[in-house]
Amino acid sequence: MNSTIREQFPILNQNINGHPLVYLDSAATSQKPRQVIDALKHYYEWDNANVHRGVHTLGSRATDAYEGAREKLAKFINARSTKEIIFTRGTTTALNLVASSYGPANVGEGDEIVLTQMEHHSNLIPWQQLAKKTGATLKYIPLQQDGNITLEDAEKTITDRTKIVAIAYVSNVMGVTHPIKELAAIAHRHGAVIVVDGAQSTPHLKVDVQDLDCDFYTLSGHKMCAPTGIGALYGKRALLEAMEPVEFGGEMIDDVGLYESTWKELPWKFEGGTPIIAGAVGLGAAIDFLQEIGMDAIHNHEMKLAAYAEQRLSQIDDLTIYGPRNREVGVVTFNLGDVHPHDVATVLDAEGVAVRAGHHCCQPLMRWLQVSSTARASFYLYNTEEDVDRLVDALIKAKEYFTYELG
Amino acid sequence: MNLDDLYRRVIMDHYKNPRNRGSFEDDALKIELNNPTCGDRITLQLKVEDGVVKDARYNGEGCSISMSSASMMTEAVKGKTVAVALDMADRFSGLMKGEPVEFEGYEDIEALSGVNKFPARIKCATLAWNALRKGIDEEEKH
Repeated sequence: MNSTIREQFPILNQNINGHPLVYLDSAATSQKPRQVIDALKHYYEWDNANVHRGVHTLGSRATDAYEGAREKLAKFINARSTKEIIFTRGTTTALNLVASSYGPANVGEGDEIVLTQMEHHSNLIPWQQLAKKTGATLKYIPLQQDGNITLEDAEKTITDRTKIVAIAYVSNVMGVTHPIKELAAIAHRHGAVIVVDGAQSTPHLKVDVQDLDCDFYTLSGHKMCAPTGIGALYGKRALLEAMEPVEFGGEMIDDVGLYESTWKELPWKFEGGTPIIAGAVGLGAAIDFLQEIGMDAIHNHEMKLAAYAEQRLSQIDDLTIYGPRNREVGVVTFNLGDVHPHDVATVLDAEGVAVRAGHHCCQPLMRWLQVSSTARASFYLYNTEEDVDRLVDALIKAKEYFTYELG
Repeated sequence: MNLDDLYRRVIMDHYKNPRNRGSFEDDALKIELNNPTCGDRITLQLKVEDGVVKDARYNGEGCSISMSSASMMTEAVKGKTVAVALDMADRFSGLMKGEPVEFEGYEDIEALSGVNKFPARIKCATLAWNALRKGIDEEEKH
């Protein structure tokens, strides 16, 4: 990675509180390259129309742009077909779609849904609700001290009563990656499906849904250089074919009568209403952008940054880093002595350094860590070692500020 | 953006040496409130007799701003009538909007005036006062 990548993100070229911005909150949302912003502008200035209905030229252009984005995404995660790609508002909507459509049709009383305590609220609450509705039981694969899970524990937790295993590929807090392929094999041996929360993996790793053999995979565009409001559900075709839509209305119907209606074929039966056309166009442009750089190059860059950050941060006294050593993604979660993470984040912000502070939508994980909240620095392709240095300098200032000036 | 505007000594004093921290052993009125977006939480207990806040205690978890504000609030409202306490809560909202509000007799609170320049932290400062409002509201329903 070099400085030319950074230059492609206009927002990074500004001062915050008198200091050049250091953006270390990409796990919350990524910044957008000029290429994506230009694609949105071009779409609205030249191609905007509704899709799949207009006979006119703009209607065709908009439809081509929208369906073109679906093709790009299908290739990006190596789906077998565009029929397996359903555009959604994001990961949350995609997970809810599976829970509310696949869930009640396949999960009954006494069945089990297996999760980890590390799941983002969006990959926890839909399953809690499903369990309540169906009388199923939630089970958790235990976490090791460093936040990893073991396949032995997974084997013990997943049983013949398990119908769904729902797990994040990459944790948004701990910088942990889970062995999805192996978990999928265990789930399948017991006749269960595996639902993968890919919000934190898709932006940073090369994802191959066929190789992982996951049944459902969900993602959010805004964490991978695309606009907010667009994401997707990947599902194996046979599973999606058998599922009922959860949203009914225009665009998703085949034939509508007064008392009965039928649905379009995949993927459109799940896309009721005018779809997120511009968002999909932006996602397509983001995929082009990421592929020009290469997912392997992006991942390597982030691993290097994470290792550098871990090494520099571990030199600060009183700084606790959560999660495993040798993290595989660019997320570092920490606390600075007994200074509350909000206070840390405010001092960092005064130095132009943006980090996340709070429970990261992972309250059960915070309880497991026995903290009320943490600070989190997360890296992406536009971050540099200099950004890490600025973070470290700002943390040392924060520590001095709360220790000496106000102690 | 001057950090000293936010973190005055008086704030850190209340954070590190909290007043009225704890709980009553009896079944005094109890209000639990949290900021779901950031995880700050407070449990406030009030003893209201004849329209007067006789005593107040709190427990909680949170940043220096939310916890110091709780410490100050409990000190400020003790011995005040419910009407005066609610008026103080209103004035505190004004303080958070940058209005030139004074807290005569309990000036510590004015140290939190700097919070209005840090929009993301206003909800930290107002948590305790919102708990107070909710508590008085519940008390009056009884």
